[in-house]
Amino acid sequence: MANLAAVVGIGQTKYTTKRTDVSIAGLVREAAVNALQDAELGWDDIDAVIIGKAPDMFEGVIMPEVYLTDGCNGKPMLRVHTAGSVGGSTALVAASHVQSGTFKRVLTVSFEKQSESNAMWALSNPQPFSTHLNAGAGGYFAPIIREYMRRSNAPYDVGIKVAVKDRLHGARNPLAHLQKPDITMQEVEESFMLWDPIRFLESCPSSDGACAMVIANEELADKASKPPAWIRGVAMRSEPTMYAGRNEVNPQAGRDCAADVYKQAGITNPRKDLDCAEVYVPFSWYEPMWLENLGFAPEGEGWKLTMEGATSLDEGGDIPWNCSGGVLSSNPIGASGMIRFAEAARQVRGDAGAHQVEGAKLALGHAYGGGAQFYAMWVVGSEKS
Amino acid sequence: MRDIAIVAYQQTDSVSDVGAVNEVELIMPVLARTFEQAGLKSAQDVDFVCSGSCDYLQGAAFAFVAGVDALGAVPPIKESHVEMDAAWALYESILKIRMGHADSALIYGFGKSSPGELPIVLSQQLDPYYLAPLWIDSISLAALQARMMLDKGLISERDMAEVVSRSRRNAMNNPHAQLKGDVSPEDVLAQETYLSPLRKGDCSPVSDGACAMVIATVEQARAWGLPYAVITGIDHCIETHNLGMRDLTDSVSTRVAANRAGMNEGKVDVAELYAPFSHQEIILTRALGLDSGTEVNPSGGVLAGNLMMASGLSRVGEVFNRIVNGEAQRGIAHATSGPCLQHNLVTVLEKGEKA
Repeated sequence: MANLAAVVGIGQTKYTTKRTDVSIAGLVREAAVNALQDAELGWDDIDAVIIGKAPDMFEGVIMPEVYLTDGCNGKPMLRVHTAGSVGGSTALVAASHVQSGTFKRVLTVSFEKQSESNAMWALSNPQPFSTHLNAGAGGYFAPIIREYMRRSNAPYDVGIKVAVKDRLHGARNPLAHLQKPDITMQEVEESFMLWDPIRFLESCPSSDGACAMVIANEELADKASKPPAWIRGVAMRSEPTMYAGRNEVNPQAGRDCAADVYKQAGITNPRKDLDCAEVYVPFSWYEPMWLENLGFAPEGEGWKLTMEGATSLDEGGDIPWNCSGGVLSSNPIGASGMIRFAEAARQVRGDAGAHQVEGAKLALGHAYGGGAQFYAMWVVGSEKS
Repeated sequence: MRDIAIVAYQQTDSVSDVGAVNEVELIMPVLARTFEQAGLKSAQDVDFVCSGSCDYLQGAAFAFVAGVDALGAVPPIKESHVEMDAAWALYESILKIRMGHADSALIYGFGKSSPGELPIVLSQQLDPYYLAPLWIDSISLAALQARMMLDKGLISERDMAEVVSRSRRNAMNNPHAQLKGDVSPEDVLAQETYLSPLRKGDCSPVSDGACAMVIATVEQARAWGLPYAVITGIDHCIETHNLGMRDLTDSVSTRVAANRAGMNEGKVDVAELYAPFSHQEIILTRALGLDSGTEVNPSGGVLAGNLMMASGLSRVGEVFNRIVNGEAQRGIAHATSGPCLQHNLVTVLEKGEKA
């Protein structure tokens, strides 16, 4: 069995379009220092460092971990890259350093400085011997969303509702990139169509930012100055981008990954057993799609939870999703998965400020990447078991 | 902690240009041979899969995603990826087994360096604000390091040529080697300098290829009835990116990693060192304190063929091969990343009881 491990420190930067005041290293350092301060620790208390980010082409720095070593000299340092799910995968790899009994306390950081990059170019440059999509992420996911709408007969405004809900959540979170406390359904509906059916305001922004966590073993977490978030389950799954019979709307890898992490955490009914979830929703319609994929609703009925307000903090929903504002409010791509994992941990530590779900004891952190084919999830709790 | 063993290792030939072969076509044959060696049908038969590759080599933002297509990941598998040499994918897999979430793992690494100008591509690994804009290529940095060694009287050009000569001669017994032959130190010294003081022979070639490995708990390896080598230690360590702040004539991080991995707890019969330049083999040998009792790079090392993102894992594979063939009882494998040996990993392998 894996050793117990817990999140004992969390640090984030304020997410924004351009952080011109810091270098890539400065951005990463800011999140790392914030996490160390939150844990009331210093660099010397860290045994290993695990870094994650999305493709190197985003910033044009090859294997940037090699350059970002200030603070980890003399330590083991690992760099994870699993596409958009990388922030989540990085947290899991970091946790495995402790859960394996190999290290006592590690630091993990994920980042993206999108202002120094061109994600659309990096995602769309033609590859030899492969179909050239030239569509970016939105162009890839739009047809899949359209297929979900067809299969589920969901009303046309489900995505609009999610876009409003997550921005209202984001307005409670001072770190969120988009601050739109007065956003309305009409405003989202009237925003221009980017990749039909995805409107501008139904899409995530492009952000600079970094997120860091300190993960410690049971002995050290017991002594932590602030409440730890105990890691109750960890799971990863991958499937190919394309194969005959693939369910792209409700991918098997996501369902398997959820079943695995729930089993470890003793969850049988995720909507009832979990208090909240931070789920990777970069385009609004992915909320109802993931509600089904993750077992919060039967297939074809995820949109009903959204429309009932079940996922909304402001409407007093029973299972709030993305109280931090989610990817729709902040998206430094390589960090976005880790932010989900960290925000889930903040909730069970009772440290989520104005977006705290009262009394949250058990939360899900979720990330996905590639053509909705790479999944990383964890469940964190305020108690050890 | 659970004892972990290597049960299978395969690699492609190291070639200067595989042509139109894509990532999947590069990986699949070597995976098939690895599964055959381990008595497995596919990646479905192991509990975890982890790979190492670098997008920039192919010039594609998600080069590793194509790798998944080589795995037959239907139904979905537990899989991860490091943007590092696959030796670090081995490290991640070992953590996964140690934590009890897997009893076996497939690790693979691949690199197709031929489409780009590798030394120039690697210059973009440097500090993006102060060094990368100067486009200092990896060979020039290694040449500066060699020059420091020569100027301090730590090595001679003949010492370097002897490393190259031994590599070429050892590689004659390595069917996957790209550069091999009965080359004397004099032959090497007769070459013109390329980037002074380095001659072409001092530099590893640009290669395309892949390698793959299966590891498992010792219990699982025994249950499979396969010859195995036990991984008794693995550790890694990174140094500052600022070259001016490092002693380039030594490799402190290699020594630290080797000590933490327990290298000195027994005799080292064989050492496979990831030294892309001849003088770096000397730095590493000295940093590790290896003497004549240790055979260094019997495969020819990476001077005989350098599969970027797979060479580190292939060092481990070479030591595994020698242990299961009965040529060695105990050995170490070294992997490196970053300019001038910045980040180093050391694995210690020993003969298993029934190997």
